[in-house]
Amino acid sequence: MSFFSLFKKKISPAPAKQGRGFLVFENTSEVIRAEKLLKQQGWQIRVMGPPPEIRTGCDLVIEIPLMESLHILKQLEDSQNKPLQMVPVSSPLLEPVSIFQIKDFGPWLMVRAANMKLTIEKQTGTIVNISGGGCPDVPYLAWQMVGKKMSDAPVPSDIGHTLCGYALQLAYEEMNRQCSAL
Amino acid sequence: MLGIVGTVPDKDFPLICGPVSVSDDKLCIGPYLVPVNRGTPALIAAAFKTSEILGTKPPFAFLAGDTGLGRGSRELYAHLEKKICDIKLHTLVFHYLQPDADWHNRVLFQIQAMSRKPLLIADAGFMYAAKMSGQAGAYDLFTPDLGELAFLADEDAPHPFYTRGFILHEENQAPELINRAYLHDNAAKYMLVKGHKDYVVKAGTILEIIDSPQTEALEAIGGTGDTLTGIVSALIASGRDIAASAKTAARINRLAGALACPTPASCVTEIISKIPQAFSSLKISR
Repeated sequence: MSFFSLFKKKISPAPAKQGRGFLVFENTSEVIRAEKLLKQQGWQIRVMGPPPEIRTGCDLVIEIPLMESLHILKQLEDSQNKPLQMVPVSSPLLEPVSIFQIKDFGPWLMVRAANMKLTIEKQTGTIVNISGGGCPDVPYLAWQMVGKKMSDAPVPSDIGHTLCGYALQLAYEEMNRQCSAL
Repeated sequence: MLGIVGTVPDKDFPLICGPVSVSDDKLCIGPYLVPVNRGTPALIAAAFKTSEILGTKPPFAFLAGDTGLGRGSRELYAHLEKKICDIKLHTLVFHYLQPDADWHNRVLFQIQAMSRKPLLIADAGFMYAAKMSGQAGAYDLFTPDLGELAFLADEDAPHPFYTRGFILHEENQAPELINRAYLHDNAAKYMLVKGHKDYVVKAGTILEIIDSPQTEALEAIGGTGDTLTGIVSALIASGRDIAASAKTAARINRLAGALACPTPASCVTEIISKIPQAFSSLKISR
């Protein structure tokens, strides 16, 4: 028996609307590394889509409180993860996907986030399939993760480099939440 | 001849161009063997099988290794900008490439300057770049899945990751999303929307909905959309009409999927191996 359900992901409180800036990096991998570092250090940041004037392709930026920019830049510089530039926010930034679809195939469970789908075997927690996406790290992520247990597989944010990789990370986190409820 | 542009998930794989063949679930190009599991190798394998059945030339592939950092994709873009005009192709498919609007335009402008422009099909990352650059209308066929259709329908989204929440990725929304994608000029002349139901669309009008056989497990299996794009590309490259090719490809892919009796843990190679049987069952002639 299968079911479809939609629900909103809980979104952590956003930084104050006034006095925001965003950090631009050379590629998505650097954004993912910087996000991890800044979140570990307790900064209230959000990964967002850049405004149209600086979009090149597979882009992410990190939204930060402008008042803390010097401190944040110093920490990133110390960790060899310096952004290309810091820009004050003047127009709304695009929000990443925040809706997941869950499909229960009986012995298997699938989570979809944006264009990425992750499927596991419920009994063993083994990742049996990854599908969707269009960026070149998707086949690589699938190659590295499929056939491994969720607990043993590499985390998408550690080896992914693109927005599809980031979407898979969201599906992976949601799958962990689903597994803890099984 | 059918040209296919895409990447393989190996950072050490070099830029290589040439005819391809498939044997024992491996793609053969020049001296290299590439496992067929999903992505561009799955597309090529399905196109190769279809070409064999149709008795047409095997696909000519333009491949580079890329694990997401974009280096292989940029090498491919640069190569295509210089060389694409030298190769006579009937149909050209762009697939898993790092989306890059600038590089996309450089390649597209070269193609548009050709005296005999190939039919253009885009899927995956290159389709994202085509939409983002505002050039979707230059393509003859897009083959989005439902999540990608929602992205095409969102005039502000530069990638499916940012598709706004009010644009739902639900099956019953597909006709509305198709309308919206055409309204904002973010769709190709034809679209083959892949999903629970497959929609064949021309200039915003749904020509046909193919919804049988239904095999639920296919949704979870990586590469089933790639095989559909491979089959339709090979059919179009054989000289068939785009809409007719899209309808046939949807039927073949669904039937091959059903014949494989898959579970959500199955591999796409099981489905590719059933393509010849699906062609025979549907009595599709050369």
